[in-house]
Amino acid sequence: MRPELTLEHGVQRIEGPLLFLERTVEIGLNARVEVIDRDGRARIGRVAALDERTFTIEVLESTLGLGVRDTQVRIWNEPMLFGVGPGMLGRTYDSIGQPTDGGAPVPAVRRMRIDGLAINPAVRALPRDFIETGVSAIDLMNSLVRGQKLPLFSGAGLPHDRLATDIVLQARLRHQAQGSFAVVFVGMGVSHDTAESFRDAMASSGALEHTAMFLNLADEPSTQRLLTPRYALTAAEYLAFVEGRHVLVVMTDMTNYCEALREVSAGHGELPSRKGYPGYMYSDLASLYERAGCIADLPGTLTQLPILSMPADDISHPIADLTGYITEGQIVLDRELDRRGIYPPVRVLPSLSRLMNAGTGEGFTHADHPALANQLFACYARAAHVRVLASVMGEESLPEVDRRFLAFGREFEQRLVHQEGRRSLEESMAIGWQLLRGLPVAELTRLTRRQIEQYLGGEVP
Amino acid sequence: MSEARIRWISGPVLRAGTQDVFHVHEAVAVGPSALLGEVIKLGPDDFVAQIYEDTTGLKPGDRVVGTGQALSVPLGPGILGTICDGLLRPLLAADGPFIRPGVRTGGARRFGFEPMVPAGTRVQSGQAIGRVASPRPQLCLVPPGTAPGVVRWMAPAGEFSGTEPICRLEHEGGASSEIALTHSWPVRESRPVRARLAIAGPMITGQRILDTLFPIGRGSRAALPGGFGTGKTVLQEALAKWSDADIIVYVGCGERGNEMSEVLDELPKLQDPRSGRPLMERTVIIANTSNMPVAAREASIYTAITVAEYFRDQGLHVALMADSTSRWAEALREVSGRLGELPGEAGYPAYLSSRLAQFYERAGRVRTLAGSEGSVTIIGAISPPAGDFTEPVTMHTRRCVRTFWALDRGRAQARFYPAIHPLQSYSGDVDALARWWQAQGNPDWSAQRKRLLELLEAQVRLERMARIVGKDALPPAQQLTLLCADLVNDAILRQSSFSETDRYCSPQRQTEILSLVIRFIDLAQGAVEAGVHPDRIGELPLRRTLQRIGEEFGETRIAQIRALWKQLDSEFSSLSRERVDAP
Ligand SMILES: Nc1ncnc2c1ncn2[C@@H]1O[C@H](COP(=O)(O)OP(=O)(O)O)[C@@H](O)[C@H]1O
Ligand SMILES: [Mg+2]
Repeated sequence: MRPELTLEHGVQRIEGPLLFLERTVEIGLNARVEVIDRDGRARIGRVAALDERTFTIEVLESTLGLGVRDTQVRIWNEPMLFGVGPGMLGRTYDSIGQPTDGGAPVPAVRRMRIDGLAINPAVRALPRDFIETGVSAIDLMNSLVRGQKLPLFSGAGLPHDRLATDIVLQARLRHQAQGSFAVVFVGMGVSHDTAESFRDAMASSGALEHTAMFLNLADEPSTQRLLTPRYALTAAEYLAFVEGRHVLVVMTDMTNYCEALREVSAGHGELPSRKGYPGYMYSDLASLYERAGCIADLPGTLTQLPILSMPADDISHPIADLTGYITEGQIVLDRELDRRGIYPPVRVLPSLSRLMNAGTGEGFTHADHPALANQLFACYARAAHVRVLASVMGEESLPEVDRRFLAFGREFEQRLVHQEGRRSLEESMAIGWQLLRGLPVAELTRLTRRQIEQYLGGEVP
Repeated sequence: MSEARIRWISGPVLRAGTQDVFHVHEAVAVGPSALLGEVIKLGPDDFVAQIYEDTTGLKPGDRVVGTGQALSVPLGPGILGTICDGLLRPLLAADGPFIRPGVRTGGARRFGFEPMVPAGTRVQSGQAIGRVASPRPQLCLVPPGTAPGVVRWMAPAGEFSGTEPICRLEHEGGASSEIALTHSWPVRESRPVRARLAIAGPMITGQRILDTLFPIGRGSRAALPGGFGTGKTVLQEALAKWSDADIIVYVGCGERGNEMSEVLDELPKLQDPRSGRPLMERTVIIANTSNMPVAAREASIYTAITVAEYFRDQGLHVALMADSTSRWAEALREVSGRLGELPGEAGYPAYLSSRLAQFYERAGRVRTLAGSEGSVTIIGAISPPAGDFTEPVTMHTRRCVRTFWALDRGRAQARFYPAIHPLQSYSGDVDALARWWQAQGNPDWSAQRKRLLELLEAQVRLERMARIVGKDALPPAQQLTLLCADLVNDAILRQSSFSETDRYCSPQRQTEILSLVIRFIDLAQGAVEAGVHPDRIGELPLRRTLQRIGEEFGETRIAQIRALWKQLDSEFSSLSRERVDAP
């Protein structure tokens, strides 16, 4: 693609990430530009504001070393687009969608806006296809469906990468044909070894040829981090809605993305909102997360598995909080469970899948799946409550019923949440029923008489 | 037509220079694709406007054309049963999978019209002159603000588009005007009424915890705050489905696209329990999802309330669900920031609280211009950052609403739904509604309600105590209180929106369940006073039946609930017999 024109001079002023230029050309808002320094290095930017005499370019990378006199600007009269086409899979790209694996560029059949367009709510199809991830805490308790956006809320040092890899490699549908699938890995500010170990896992399972990796590594410019997920999601949209694949997008680490957003916002001198993050962070995150979904009459789907490490393990931190408001649930990882050797260390109570109801039960998974999950939640919540009592009064002084709940809580974590290797939903459900057998039937008010008699062999009074 | 040229543009805000006359809040068409915008500030030879669509590609010199009208929406029979964007432009599947900026197609529908007044009749603004039959009966009114006049021509019964004239009026002095099925109304201006009336009857929601403990009156206003995942949207959707309003206006303001398609998917398949008609027929969905332009998010709330008032003026009872008002407030903050206004608390503009008050003030039970009764009930969801109810939007909203339904994270995590906290919630409509329940055959409603609340309050106090001394150390009467409070939670407060049997609970079924639970409590207290140990009461077979009563005894089994009284009596009398036999 040839640039429309190049301005040799014209930069009048540089302030933070903003370049002010004399408006000598016809150019529209959000047009794509390249800012080239005296060494010939190009940086990406876009037109952020225009008036009759000047226009403002927002440089999406560091402005370090840019000068007023020796900077050239190349301008395209179009927004930022990404050329996508067949052969995108099996490749590795940088933050702005250029291959970094030494291979030939991808022949573009289509150029799509990296910001995407909002999916028309009138043609969204409700995500309903249950994905069996092989993880009990997800399949049984917080089910994932195709087209959902379900983040992992984690913390530094917790095994979120391992869990995400497990999910990617183990995920399958139960009844329908699999369809062709694809994985898009988006690394934002991740370390080389995180990227490498993901690549190795994909390679050793033969999935690498279905995988596209977009990497903005920890030592690369943080401002470009804002572009990485946009290029990657554009590729994912192409793979899903043009090529008709079922695409799973792993996005890590959203916390690094948000830090970059804060940095850029501060550079613009914008008024900060909570903890210094910009007031528009909700809308900005939504512009990424809302790109997940299913569209009526189109064969592909786009499922997102964003990973974020909660600063100080604080779920009320703006990054986790805003994400939780936008996404369709969250899987929360817990340090204490991890310390006790439980893998995956999923804290089940604050975890949630908002689409569970749409994709489980009669006709989707198993008729008794939702009731079983509900009963387990109620019992585990009660166990957590009793645990607090026990820590005050000692276990011995608790009534018999409460002690049984305590035992249930322990078993729940050790036998259901903890697992080695993949489990089918049936295996997870069998463990769930088994755990409930340890509790008095009278306490199981979320189950019907039939369910109690059939699965627990209990007598209902 | 007045014209201007863009001088400066950044994001959704532009400044344009002009020699012509523009007005504050005037709608404008911007650039080659005629993007919709609104004038927000005027200078001597320029103005500032915000644009409701993506502004990519706009540049200085581009044309801005005034419409001569304040930002308005077209109100007519075609909006019922549809999904529209924040400015009431229909979102059609035909427009393709992705929303593109610019004017949208919008189908040319025709409606079966029937005149109600003959030529020669003298009519006034707000008066009904005709009706449209589908999707549900609607009235065609003389638009508010029209001068009185005499009908000179009335269209015969037949099919008309929204814009064809169906009536011509002659006004005093000989001027004449035409009326079509659709008229436009400025969204930021409330529609006139003859009088405002006090709250008199409830809006039945079909949710036990609401109707029984924290009821809302027709024309009242409620806030529904809760952290993420606590159940705001599911509850709003339940109200949209099951409340006994005539018309539902559901505005998804800065929330998920999937929730809109969920409503769109379910409502046509569900039947109104009262009329037997598909629920979609009474519903308008207004969708400005979180990834749609922010400025339009700000407008969508006004669009929604204007649509609600339009139906109210036809003498209908309308419920407006706004999910979520916090996203609207954030849009206000974002636009205010771009205008360089001085920020107040948490960055919100200083006028946040007055804007909230103005919005909620548009709720009410009224006497319409035509003399009939209509109402708009507002239920606004709030999404407080970190679930903290002391943040500005929650705090200011609290002062505007009469009823407060606080969602609780702990209950939601235990999957106890709806997760409304019975001790943090309140209703200002209780006294006004007691009479209605009395008329429905439950003279004890107020007393029963009070009793439940006292029980739930005692539960918290006793649980705190039990944490120190142990549950077994509490005196029997207090142990019983804990048992009864648990039962109230299970039998009355818990109600899953996903249960086909229990998602809707009619007033009659609510009364039966409530009376049965109260009967249980009475008998249990009597038994404990007579020396029966609370544990024995906990073992009664009927307790489990009661805990699952909503789930097991649906609308078709109301009579069987009555039959449980006998079983209750016999179980308790065998308990006391046991005691007599024991020593
Ligand atoms: N009344 C209810 N009945 C059954 N399930 C509910 C109810 N309210 C909430 N839930 C469950 O909680 C989840 C989150 O609720 P939602 O309304 O999406 O939360 P919010 O809008 O407050 O973020 C839902 O997906 C559903 O599984
Ligand atoms: Mg919600």
